Amino acid sequence: MKAQDYDRPNIDIAWCPGCGNFAILKILKQALAELAISPQNLVIASGIGQAAKTPHYLQTHIFNGLHGRALPAATAIKAANPQLTVIAEGGDGDMYGEGGNHFMHTIRRNPDLTHLVHNNMVYGLTKGQASPTSQRGFVTPLQIDGVCQEPFNPLSVAIALNASFVARVFVGAFEQGVAVFKAAIQHHGYALVDILQPCVTFNKLNTYAWFEEHTYPLENSHDPGSREQAFARACEMERLPLGIFYRSQDRKVFEKQLSAYKEDQRPLYQRPLESTKLQNLLNAKRSL
Amino acid sequence: MHSSAKKNLPEDICIVLGGAAGQGIQSIETGLTRLLKQSGYHVFASKEYMSRIRGGSNSTQIRVSSGPVAAPLERIDLFIPLDGAALTHLCPRLQAASLVLGDRANLPAYPGLIDMPLTTIAQQAGDHRYASSVTIGAVVGLLGICLELLDAYLQQRFSDNPSTIIAGNRVAAAAGYQYGQKLAKTGTMQFELKALASVTGDLLLSGNEAIGLGALAGGCNFISSYPMSPGTGVLTFLAEQADEFGLVVDQAEDEIAAINMALGAWYAGARALVSTSGGGFALMSEGLSLAGMIESPLVVHLAQRPGPATGLPTHTEQGDLQLALHAGHGEFPRLVLAPGSLQEAFSLTRRAFDLADKYQLPVIILTDQFLLDSLTNIPALDLHNLQPHHQFVETDTDYARYRLTASGLSPRGLPGHGAGLVCVDSDEHDETGHISEDLALRTAMTDKRLGKQSELLQDAIAPQLLGNDDFHTLVVCWGSTYHVLREALGALKGLPVAGLHFSQLYPLPPQATAWLRQARQLLVVEGNATGQFASLLEQAYDCTVEHRILKYNGLPFTVEELKQRLQSLLDAPD
Ligand SMILES: Cc1ncc(C[n+]2csc(CCOP(=O)(O)OP(=O)(O)O)c2C)c(N)n1
Ligand code: SF4
Ligand SMILES: [Mg+2]
Repeated sequence: MKAQDYDRPNIDIAWCPGCGNFAILKILKQALAELAISPQNLVIASGIGQAAKTPHYLQTHIFNGLHGRALPAATAIKAANPQLTVIAEGGDGDMYGEGGNHFMHTIRRNPDLTHLVHNNMVYGLTKGQASPTSQRGFVTPLQIDGVCQEPFNPLSVAIALNASFVARVFVGAFEQGVAVFKAAIQHHGYALVDILQPCVTFNKLNTYAWFEEHTYPLENSHDPGSREQAFARACEMERLPLGIFYRSQDRKVFEKQLSAYKEDQRPLYQRPLESTKLQNLLNAKRSL
Repeated sequence: MHSSAKKNLPEDICIVLGGAAGQGIQSIETGLTRLLKQSGYHVFASKEYMSRIRGGSNSTQIRVSSGPVAAPLERIDLFIPLDGAALTHLCPRLQAASLVLGDRANLPAYPGLIDMPLTTIAQQAGDHRYASSVTIGAVVGLLGICLELLDAYLQQRFSDNPSTIIAGNRVAAAAGYQYGQKLAKTGTMQFELKALASVTGDLLLSGNEAIGLGALAGGCNFISSYPMSPGTGVLTFLAEQADEFGLVVDQAEDEIAAINMALGAWYAGARALVSTSGGGFALMSEGLSLAGMIESPLVVHLAQRPGPATGLPTHTEQGDLQLALHAGHGEFPRLVLAPGSLQEAFSLTRRAFDLADKYQLPVIILTDQFLLDSLTNIPALDLHNLQPHHQFVETDTDYARYRLTASGLSPRGLPGHGAGLVCVDSDEHDETGHISEDLALRTAMTDKRLGKQSELLQDAIAPQLLGNDDFHTLVVCWGSTYHVLREALGALKGLPVAGLHFSQLYPLPPQATAWLRQARQLLVVEGNATGQFASLLEQAYDCTVEHRILKYNGLPFTVEELKQRLQSLLDAPD
């Protein structure tokens, strides 16, 4: 397949010219094309925000739900029909702020889905307030004296929770982005990709130049099988490493452990009602 | 022919057991209700529990009767306090005729207490923990049920235990049985219960089980919930059935996750349920609104308990009606159902899945702790035509999820089922499900969504008239007050009064209008402090409710109490 196969004709994209979201969309289409995932087999669940609009800009099934709530919806979509490829996509506010509780507990469940977080360190859609990942001192119309909280570190949190795949990319590095997206989608289990994305309108601190200066690729010698190494690298805050920090096949996949799939691999919608079993259950309530 | 003295013997006895959490009240209730039903008696059990794992004072009321019963009584015929707190707690309800049986060694002095040395008998059988079996044995002996049945029950009940425990419980129960028989011979308790062979084959179900079975019959295959009493029972029931029925069961991290999972599940083709109580439902409000916007089917079981906030976690109330009606921002259609009996708990839950699917909207099943935790025998559940009426379609390439149609209903496709793409959006959207700020479209989409509310009336469930249609006074009730009103009205025979029970609360059924017009005096009975349904009724049917009969102390209405309150309000017949 080609990236263009995912194009939606005549769409009115609501992103600012120069926004990092365009690069993410391009990386995503390229990765999907290279993996030959058909739009009919792909669901993208998203929340609310500029990032969360992404699924509207490509050919796919969409569950564009509530702010912060893409992960529970995505988990359930995969659990109801494990044959689908499922991606949950949204911004740093959406996924780490409003949806923070789901972030933790989705990692614990480990459903087979890919979690794409556009991390622009700001709330874009609501016009420039701080996000959980905003840097200390970041001045906004709301944080007039600058952010005074410790920035949320999604990678170290994910590794601490034993997420089965943890990566970070920067939109300026297309090739690496495609490679990491592909690896994340192919990974069996929960895969987090935190995507550093400049917001050219509301974040004048973390610009393209700032990201170029403050990021570098993880060395080839980095062992993504070592949780300790991965955690140490995720804690680096001065310059942010890019690439796959951690990858493990040890964890069981959520939907594979469900009773529903012990003997039957069909999606739930294809199954008939177990009327004989229901009769038997009722009859049991007639006896002593 | 019975002699006249014999004729007056009660055919309905009310047994109450009280004790601390952990003293075995639940297992005694389970044992007794099963044995009594299996002997051909109608039974009804209802609990009053405190929100604690140990201690406190819990009680269960078990009615044994020659005819069907399903409402709590004030009267106590046989009281078995297992500790002093139970005696103090329930003492005000005892009358001269109440028989009080208890272990003198564990109880404060009480005039009229008949000593039943539970601990001694249990210890003689090998272990003081056999006391529950002694109690079961004593009641069964007193009521003259056959010992073989008791023995069979105990063997089955303890089958997973070592043989010494089985044997010990059997010995203990047999000793209790002897005690009960001896007591029966003294004639302290007079009754004439009639056993019916047909009852032995009845179903013995709790409200929780009826809702859970209804969900299974409705094709439910996905449940995501966060534990909260009294909504947890349904979650637990379905979890127990997960292997057999291939269900997806998930204990979500919070109610927000639970409802968003349920919506994701419906989107992908599952039939999903969430079960919660008021506090959890409040957290689900935004998700409910999402169901309205994306036109997703959804079934929510809202099990009421007294609020506000944490309230009384293990007690009962009908206080969340207005919440169910109004939860969720914005304007969207919904259906609210409130079962009054086990049969309705089953059939309405089953139906909720088909209606949610047909009209693509949230259906709320409103129950309460009383209904869920009560246990009754019923002959059967309606299992005809056991196939869920799935409404989804296979899509083609020009599929649009929100195609504007005359009825407002657009065929619902599923991702991965057909050539089309299924796009749903919590933003206002166009026919294809993509975000849109076209304001003309906004009006069209709102009309489309709200239009389903009137479509829903085609399937409206008529209220049920209790009594004759030549009434002057009409007493309206809804949900779990069905049986208590029925029985209270039965005791007012001869007066021109009838009841009207609503099990569809929103949209209100048009079929009620004629009954309401006919009433010269309109009363409403409900378990809350403000008369929420009465207000709704006045608004919807343009009628005037003369009196609201309310109760909100955490307990259900009893038959005697309701009868007395009705009597004091009834217009004198012309
Ligand atoms: C419950 C709820 N609270 C608040 C909002 C308003 N809101 C929409 S998006 C957003 C934050 C967006 O930030 P982010 O997720 O980082 O996305 P971005 O626009 O930066 O891509 C907020 C606060 C909402 N839609 N819903
Ligand atoms: S506000 Fe920022 S994140 Fe949103 S589109 Fe514009 S540049 Fe991109
Ligand atoms: Mg952001």
